[in-house]
Amino acid sequence: MTTDTISDTPSTTSWLDALRKLLRQDSGLIPVLVALVLLVVYFEIRSSVFLQAANIANLFTQAAVYVLLAMAETWLLLLGEIDLSLGWASTGAGMLAGIYTNVQYGWPWPVAFLLGIVAAVIVAAVSGFLTVKFKVASFIVTLGMQLIVQGLVIYELDKVFQGGGVPVQNAVLRNLIAGDLTPTWSWIFVIAVVVGLSALAFVRRAKRKAAGLTAPALWKLVLRVVVIAAVGLFLGYIFSVNRGSFIAVTGVPFAVPIVFALVGLYSFILGRTKFGRYMYAIGGNAEAARRAGIPVDRYRIYAFMLGGFTAAIAGLMLISQLGGIASSSTDSTIVLYAVAGAVIGGVSLFGGRGRMVGAVLGGVILAVIKNGLTLIQLSGPAQYIVTGVVLIAAVLVDVVGRRSQQLAK
Amino acid sequence: MSETNSSTPDTTARPPMDNSGGGQPSVPLLALRGISKNFGPVQALQRVDLDIPAGQVTALVGDNGAGKSTLIKAIAGIYAPSSGTMMWNGQEVHPHTPRDAAALGIATVYQDLALCDNIDIVGNMFLGFEDTSAGALDEISMELKTVQTLKDLQVSTVKSVRQLVGSLSGGQRQAIAVARAVMRDARLVIMDEPTAALGVTQTANVLNLIKTLSSRGISVLVISHNLNDVFAVADRIAVMYLGNLVSNGPISKYDPSSTVELITTGASERVEPHPLHSFA
Repeated sequence: MTTDTISDTPSTTSWLDALRKLLRQDSGLIPVLVALVLLVVYFEIRSSVFLQAANIANLFTQAAVYVLLAMAETWLLLLGEIDLSLGWASTGAGMLAGIYTNVQYGWPWPVAFLLGIVAAVIVAAVSGFLTVKFKVASFIVTLGMQLIVQGLVIYELDKVFQGGGVPVQNAVLRNLIAGDLTPTWSWIFVIAVVVGLSALAFVRRAKRKAAGLTAPALWKLVLRVVVIAAVGLFLGYIFSVNRGSFIAVTGVPFAVPIVFALVGLYSFILGRTKFGRYMYAIGGNAEAARRAGIPVDRYRIYAFMLGGFTAAIAGLMLISQLGGIASSSTDSTIVLYAVAGAVIGGVSLFGGRGRMVGAVLGGVILAVIKNGLTLIQLSGPAQYIVTGVVLIAAVLVDVVGRRSQQLAK
Repeated sequence: MSETNSSTPDTTARPPMDNSGGGQPSVPLLALRGISKNFGPVQALQRVDLDIPAGQVTALVGDNGAGKSTLIKAIAGIYAPSSGTMMWNGQEVHPHTPRDAAALGIATVYQDLALCDNIDIVGNMFLGFEDTSAGALDEISMELKTVQTLKDLQVSTVKSVRQLVGSLSGGQRQAIAVARAVMRDARLVIMDEPTAALGVTQTANVLNLIKTLSSRGISVLVISHNLNDVFAVADRIAVMYLGNLVSNGPISKYDPSSTVELITTGASERVEPHPLHSFA
């Protein structure tokens, strides 16, 4: 009798325990990858167009803005902060680049781009300074900053161009999204990424083995390389197919290598340098970081500035994608997608947990939802609802993971 | 470690340590003389004299509010004493910050442990002092040193040094916090209530760790309310009562009931008061 009740209790809760255990182990990117695959499969079943070359290329350029904004917000979320002004800061950066490359001013594009980037970084640094210096919640400081930047952007748009809009007139700015690598360079890019990632993994494993440390099993590594190679070859093929209707369009859009380079750089900083280690330390336990001698306040401001920088790149992509910025073409919801993308990608709202690659996948999921729902003619309201459901699911995964981590102690 | 406060003397030339059982060091590792601390009108410490010999475990006991925490904070460089002197290896020192104290070789393991749950054991062991090569973290070097330090301290309960610290038990976390101090050449490890929140097995592990530290020539100053633990590991006892150090000496001169008497009343007929300088 008693044995029955004893053996009964664990079996009913075992799946919950298993789930907790899974989440506690820092399951990493698995939930977001599963979600992405499910979405892709669903949309491919509902619409045969979804996985066609033209749409995949379109999807990648659509995703660029979301991905970069999610990466920008990740710098802040990792430290348990948030920057609500990133959306308008990014719009402002794109607008400045647009205005000063316009025929009216005719600045060289690097100078105009730099102006936009510097402006966004300064705005972010001011938010960071106020947050750190006066110990105010970054939520409030950046909410105020968002309104200020929004006002400045709309004022500038109305002042510079009667009717409130700046068109893209510079080829470089336009080609960020609309331009493509040649097919040869596209293949070189794809192969370089696949070979580079694989070589890195094998070299790292060999070094650990040589030092007599435990190394990941070889089959896991091979499996990863095979998956990366398969995805790379698939995308390489997709981008080599002609997707234009009147004139031939092939190759990887410029936005893709730019995003890849940033992801690689940021992942290196976060995973392999003292700077990144301190970011995680501050997000995990700021007091412990302080006692370890880390200048916590300075690193907080750095995080804001990196967020501003990344948002500015997103802004360049945004104006390139829209073909211009008008005071009516943007709104304040874009920053919410930045937060949503990061959180969907497994970046914790509580600080200290998450990776840049996660933010990328989160941004891609946002783009897939938007793109897929448009294809099955459910755009507009449905897009908001589905995005909201995915976001809440992601937050629940975050919270359950955090709670079970605390239970473990 | 390079940014040591200029007021602290050079500690590179430490006198040779003598830890060979019966031999007794001529100079105590840390000697406090007449340390007082007041917070406004409140006298938290009154002329405390205490010697902490090298390689021994000193238990600091006393009731709540007796001044134990104030005393360790004065040693650890968090509070500057109002008066009195602190001698480290026979030289007068004035640590003004925890970093000064750490540079001398004084490490404090507080109850909250100051660990980052979201970072693995290796990362926590080296937090703020990471090894790098060519600008990147040298994870292999740090992992090897972590494994070695844990092995030296006979910490065997940890499965992998790549576990997140958040997944460790209380006793394991305590061990990591201590190992971090040891790896940075701490000569004196101060532990505040190390067993307060632990179960039986984990308490035994932490007590073993304390013994291992002293066998390696590292002094331990441990605050504890648990007299079983005190008598299990301490070589010496120091009793505080209302801001005064009322008794201290080798553990052989005390038993649990006389210690309780000292803690609650500040005096005991069976222990002579204040036996300073009497090393066993």
